[in-house]
Amino acid sequence: MKPFSYERAASPAEAAAAAARRPGARFIAGGTNLLDLMKLQIEVPSHLIDVNGLALDTIEPTPEGGLRVGALVSNTALAADPRVRRDYALLTRALLAGASGQLRNKATTAGNLLQRTRCPYFYDTAQPCNKRRPGSGCAAIGGFTRQLGVIGTSDACIATHPSDMAVALRALDAVVETVQADGATRTIPMADFHRLPGETPHIETALQPGELITAVVLPRPLGGRHIYRKVRDRASYAFALVSVGAVVQPDGTGRVALGGVAHKPWRVEEAETELPRGARAVTERLLAGARPTRDNAFKVTLVERTLGSVLAEARG
Amino acid sequence: MKFDTPATTNPIDALKVVGQPIDRIDGPLKTTGTAPYAYEHHGEAENVAYGHVIGAGIAKGRIAGIDTAAAGRAPGVLAIVTAATAGPLGKGKRNTATLLGGPEIQHYHQAVALVVAETFEQARAAAELVRIDYLAEPGAFDLRAAKGSATKPKESGQTGPVDTSVGDFAGAFARAPVSLDTTYTTPDQSHMMMEPHASLALWEGDRLTLWTSSQMIDWWTDDLAATLDIPKKNVRVVSPFIGGGFGGKLFLRADALLAALGARAAGRPVKVALHRPLVPNNTTHRPATVQRIRIGATREGDITAIAHESWSGDLPDGGPETAVNQTRLLYAGANRMTAMRLAVLDLPEGNSMRAPGEAPGMMALEIAMDEMAEKLRIDPVEFRIRNDTLVDPEKPGRPFSSRPFVECLRLGADRFGWSRRDPQPARRREGRWLVGLGMAAAFRNNLLMTSAARVRLDAEGGVTVETDMTDIGTGSYTIIAQTAAEMMGLPVGRVTVRLGDSRFPVSAGSGGQFGANNATAGVYAACVKLREEIARRLGFNSADAAFVDGEVRSGNRAIPLGAAAAEGEIVAEDAIEYGDLDETYQQSTFGAHFVEAAVDSATGEARVRRMLAVCAAGRILNPKSARSQVIGAMTMGVGAALMEHLAVDTRRGFFVNHDLAGYEVPVHADIPHQEVVFLDETDPISSPMKAKGVGELGLCGVGAAVANAIYNATGVRVRDYPITLDTYLDRLPEVA
Ligand SMILES: Cc1cc2nc3c(=O)[nH]c(=O)nc-3n(C[C@H](O)[C@H](O)[C@H](O)COP(=O)(O)OP(=O)(O)OC[C@H]3O[C@@H](n4cnc5c(N)ncnc54)[C@H](O)[C@@H]3O)c2cc1C
Ligand code: SF4
Repeated sequence: MKPFSYERAASPAEAAAAAARRPGARFIAGGTNLLDLMKLQIEVPSHLIDVNGLALDTIEPTPEGGLRVGALVSNTALAADPRVRRDYALLTRALLAGASGQLRNKATTAGNLLQRTRCPYFYDTAQPCNKRRPGSGCAAIGGFTRQLGVIGTSDACIATHPSDMAVALRALDAVVETVQADGATRTIPMADFHRLPGETPHIETALQPGELITAVVLPRPLGGRHIYRKVRDRASYAFALVSVGAVVQPDGTGRVALGGVAHKPWRVEEAETELPRGARAVTERLLAGARPTRDNAFKVTLVERTLGSVLAEARG
Repeated sequence: MKFDTPATTNPIDALKVVGQPIDRIDGPLKTTGTAPYAYEHHGEAENVAYGHVIGAGIAKGRIAGIDTAAAGRAPGVLAIVTAATAGPLGKGKRNTATLLGGPEIQHYHQAVALVVAETFEQARAAAELVRIDYLAEPGAFDLRAAKGSATKPKESGQTGPVDTSVGDFAGAFARAPVSLDTTYTTPDQSHMMMEPHASLALWEGDRLTLWTSSQMIDWWTDDLAATLDIPKKNVRVVSPFIGGGFGGKLFLRADALLAALGARAAGRPVKVALHRPLVPNNTTHRPATVQRIRIGATREGDITAIAHESWSGDLPDGGPETAVNQTRLLYAGANRMTAMRLAVLDLPEGNSMRAPGEAPGMMALEIAMDEMAEKLRIDPVEFRIRNDTLVDPEKPGRPFSSRPFVECLRLGADRFGWSRRDPQPARRREGRWLVGLGMAAAFRNNLLMTSAARVRLDAEGGVTVETDMTDIGTGSYTIIAQTAAEMMGLPVGRVTVRLGDSRFPVSAGSGGQFGANNATAGVYAACVKLREEIARRLGFNSADAAFVDGEVRSGNRAIPLGAAAAEGEIVAEDAIEYGDLDETYQQSTFGAHFVEAAVDSATGEARVRRMLAVCAAGRILNPKSARSQVIGAMTMGVGAALMEHLAVDTRRGFFVNHDLAGYEVPVHADIPHQEVVFLDETDPISSPMKAKGVGELGLCGVGAAVANAIYNATGVRVRDYPITLDTYLDRLPEVA
């Protein structure tokens, strides 16, 4: 871990301004991802801005009938909130499928959205990685890629975004609220929040340097059945091979987002028109143009089969 | 004490203390966090500095240049050790690759430097500043590709005969009306014990004390002295508590050597722990295997021909994974052969991991037996019973010391409800789950090793045992206390046990499931000597003296034990040494594993629901710690079946998933229900304790039982471990 300086921010705007003043600064929330990466010298911030003191840890109703979730609400608190459990069960289920009880107690809503990939080569500083060291190459391509992405990948990077929560937020059409260095606020729909790797896999989101997430807004409840199915090699405490988050209405229409397949939670709205025709039809559109590797070609089959099972559950 | 005839009645048979389910005597220390593990010896040395190990970033080649200038100037840095600065080093005879690499690099993450600083954080930060230029060379990293070039390995005590042949296998196999010829693969696996390798080194003049985490104190002392080229008597190794080993701490590792070199360079005591991502590539691992099994049988199910061949890889001068050896002993059959072949691979060093040989060997053999039973349309339990043998099948004049294998199978089948299994696979469905039952034999040899101990009686009548035996979480402290208590007629609370110090007599150590039987037998021998001396001092005829309730009794005389030591402590030391009983008899442990598994019909996720192990391992010295060993082993077996696997990057030559996020082992949610039954058995041929090992038996066969249950659930046979869903998803039925 490189030596770093540390401050506690007094307000969201000041936090953003402080971050802009200090290139190489990072916000720290729960620290469950950032600290691990700092120990491995994958993240080497020179300055940490602790945002835990900012009063961003409440869940409030919005005038539109949704919920505004503060950036610092813990994953545990968000999953347990009665309104979330009732109206956004997909979110509760996705959160509870992630990490462990201890980690969820510390992990925050914003931190979860910004957690970094679990590509094993990203974690080994002796290996080239365009995400960790732009321009150094990608050790994963041609190597061990079982966990990695099958769609939206690039020749520079095939990593996935590992968050379960983000898959639910994408299916629910949540919106991220931020404050920028100049104090201006803006909103970013989940669809635009995470980026595909392209030539710049180190740029992972639409956030500008220093931009602070203040909240995530859930639109009005959708109704329907909320199912989150996370497929993994062991029963708990593992990242998804693939996950399927679905909201299915009684008439068979609905929404589907995937985890474990791309650099962002993967959703293709047009594919959802195929829902009444079943999993194969949806998957064909959802994963059209997929470029799996030999190691992870199974993910395409797995998505279809898992979605089939989810739709059967929704019908039953 | 020479043990060369079967044991008769002895004081252990009273079973007042031995055989009782006594709680671990070191339990309170462990549960309160006060048992000092290797990195936690805080009071032993003053002014401790911290080292951080740098592992090679290439798999094979040379260091062209190493620039430590910036790191040397970093805050707090005291010394930097590299092969260039360390001076000439030897190599321990149990290591294949050198523990400090450079300029030649033999494997990925081979240690190439140690940065020593005032704090751990400073050492780690400075380590990032060391610049190393490598000249990488091509290497062989892919077992399947290198298999063709494999050759016959050198025979050693560890390997046993490399090729065996009895009768006419080829002819009998060709003539067999029912036959099977299949190939199985097992992956590289990492020990991944909770406590990473760690050491604290202190030099006092030319004398070195090393607090470390070691399964085999004497091997470490020997090899550390040899590597440093100093007299063995100048090295003291101390390892009272070990946070798991599984074979990964059998042999001297880089943390120990580098702590010693770092302490010498810095002129201060130095602590070194291997950080987790270094463990899989820097240390040893269980090598991957390719195994071909052929079985021929009559239509009635009698095996007439059985062959097991195994290919594995290792660094030059390394050894094979001995995956074929159980096949020489487990089933009858007049015509048989085994063979091991070894390819040169430039992956990290392969070596023992819990039940080396048998664990991967049984994973293959016991699927083959299931496949063969199905071909024969015989129940898998019955097929095994039918091919039981009471003698070494290669040497029919050589009986097993005891072999209640059939009892294990029958009792297990009964307890588990095996009769409810549908022999036709893929017929039991519960909701979206396909459910199946599977079983496998458990088999592991019992090894005899010389083991010594010292016992002391004090004037208060308390007994202290000293031996360099280790407790790697297995319960050695407790069973040793039980043994001494039984021998001396004391409650366990009056026995103090001191382990893991090279100043104590040399024991068997912990490995190969040989620890419990041999180390307690060594304590038994020392206690026999102590009893003789006590009897002599008290004027008793030692053959008549009974040691009961803290007294020595004979006729109508009863004297408190402590009285014998009124003039001063009495010290006795002895070792158990074995004759040829393990040549006259084959000594093995047996069992049967039963598993119920469920497979998600859509996603292919396989989950174990229920497990039973029935074990026959001689006298069970402590049913509670023995059960812990077996349930731990069963858990490890589930890991081996379903997830454990070091992923090889065959271009770059290393294990990619080198941390506990990438290398998955079972979590609680994977293991819902486990039951363990021990047969009530003694084996007087094994030792005066009449006990055998159990810690590895519990693992051997589990993987295959899981695989067979998955087959029974789905009708899909997977022959490549681990059985992850991607290996068979395309063979599952369509999703409704
Ligand atoms: C062992 C383990 C297993 C896990 N398993 C899973 C799993 O199965 N599924 C899953 O989804 N996740 C999993 N996780 C990841 C976990 O969910 C994340 O570590 C956690 O959500 C991160 O939240 P945090 O508050 O601790 O973030 P931090 O570590 O504090 O921060 C993460 C990043 O977000 C930035 N950041 C934090 N707050 C803000 C803000 N308000 N505005 C802008 N930037 C901000 C930080 O600068 C940093 O770059 C696992 C983690 C671990 C360690
Ligand atoms: S896939 Fe992306 S994260 Fe992984 S090594 Fe390549 S560039 Fe790095």
